[in-house]
Amino acid sequence: MKCQKCEKTATFHITELTGGKPQELHLCEECAREYLTQPDSSDGTPASLAGALAQQLAVGQTAADLARLDQQACPVCGITFFEFRNKGRLGCPHDYVCFEKELDPLLLNIHGETRHVGKHPRRSAADTDSQTQLIRLRREMKEAIAAEDYERASELRDEIRQVKEGTG
Amino acid sequence: MELDELVRSSGEWLRGSGPQSDIVMSSRIRLARNLADYPFISKAAESDRAEIERTLHDAVVKASASPHLQYLDVDKLAGLDRQFLVERQLISREHAESEGARGVAIDAGEQVSLMVNEEDHLRIQVMHSGLDLEQAWEQINHIDDLIADHVTFAYNERLGYLTACPTNAGTGMRVSVLLHLPALVLTRQIEKVFRSLQKINLAVRGLYGEGSQAMGDFYQISNQITLGRTESSLVKQVGDVVPVIIDYERRARSALIQESQENLHDRVSRAYGILRTAQTISSEETMHLLSSVRMGVNLGLLPDLEIPTVNKLFIHTQPAHLQKLNGAELGTADRNIERAKYLREHLNKGDGKSSQN
Ligand SMILES: [Zn+2]
Ligand SMILES: [Zn+2]
Repeated sequence: MKCQKCEKTATFHITELTGGKPQELHLCEECAREYLTQPDSSDGTPASLAGALAQQLAVGQTAADLARLDQQACPVCGITFFEFRNKGRLGCPHDYVCFEKELDPLLLNIHGETRHVGKHPRRSAADTDSQTQLIRLRREMKEAIAAEDYERASELRDEIRQVKEGTG
Repeated sequence: MELDELVRSSGEWLRGSGPQSDIVMSSRIRLARNLADYPFISKAAESDRAEIERTLHDAVVKASASPHLQYLDVDKLAGLDRQFLVERQLISREHAESEGARGVAIDAGEQVSLMVNEEDHLRIQVMHSGLDLEQAWEQINHIDDLIADHVTFAYNERLGYLTACPTNAGTGMRVSVLLHLPALVLTRQIEKVFRSLQKINLAVRGLYGEGSQAMGDFYQISNQITLGRTESSLVKQVGDVVPVIIDYERRARSALIQESQENLHDRVSRAYGILRTAQTISSEETMHLLSSVRMGVNLGLLPDLEIPTVNKLFIHTQPAHLQKLNGAELGTADRNIERAKYLREHLNKGDGKSSQN
């Protein structure tokens, strides 16, 4: 098999999620090294997932809309949509809820489905709201400590304790 | 350090037994799981990571997810030990190279590894020698259930298990088989196989050795899709395609023999000859030659060698293994000399010469 970029034999087979669909790249050692060491991308948004997403979002979105979307943040972990687009990694389980509208087309593109049909945890899932609340409270407590607002921090610690006892 | 006990063995995936083990090295399944009450790793503060690590370490121990689990604090391991675990496929390269609180639990038989704080909070992996996906699934499904009795995983009725990267959401499951396909490479048919696999949404990757060199005609085939299918159907999807590829590889081997038994025998014998006599040899060349030798053994061209021996040489000549066996850190040049020495010692045993070790 020939390298996709030159005539040498391709010895590297790299899976990339560009253009929305997983893609295989077949490269020789030299081209693979070049490919793998290049900075994520020139415009600041890396390849892989974020690229796929950006492309998809560009369809039917004005620059202003996109800018607005990028600033949206998850109330639980604080990740902005821009951050996700950049890293290709989400910040917390709640992101699947708060970015649902944006993530669903992406999931559809990757998996061809948006509905899980596999196994579920044996115990019925605990109260999801209090679980995500714990993530938010812990973050707020860290922020309070960083701001040296120890009174608020201790309030938050009590709240965390209460929520934890509630979920058992 | 009990890690040293692992050094002399060769690990489950190179045991060289199990169905179709002349071509299928190993069957592997992994499940990605996250705690519901902590942010994913990218948004986890140091203290979060430490708590996640403690929680999952406890859960894994309490669940006795697998008999004789040994828990290693990866953050505290020396670089060489981490690299050793990567070569052994017990942790990922990313896990070895990242920072902060993280760990891995490994069972004595090296079938089970549970990585804590990798890309997801928990990555459960089960690896069996040969083609054995159904049993691997049964085992990992059970381990997952046992751990879930002690913690709450992030799970959503509609989307299933929630993961840091949307490419893993749903089942969080990656099913993969590691195949040795030297004849398909030699006959230049591997590309055709790749293309047909891509069409049915399966991913193919070369297996890498030191640095980023492709390693000895080993290819890993795995599912891309994780959402919208049941776990069993994913196991079946990968499992169904393997016999087809095995058949291609066997046909390519027969074709090579028919075309010119002499050429093939020559190629295999030369590879064997170099491995038995070289005074200095790189990891890449070793992999390349061992691949020919491995095929030769499977075709009965090298009657005095056995597959488990060849498999052992594949893993023991890797940089970290070599250094662990030598009990010292070595630079590249010294490694190449030690590697050649190791190969000579182990390949010249049968012909009357005195053998060390
Ligand atoms: Zn090239
Ligand atoms: Zn979030």
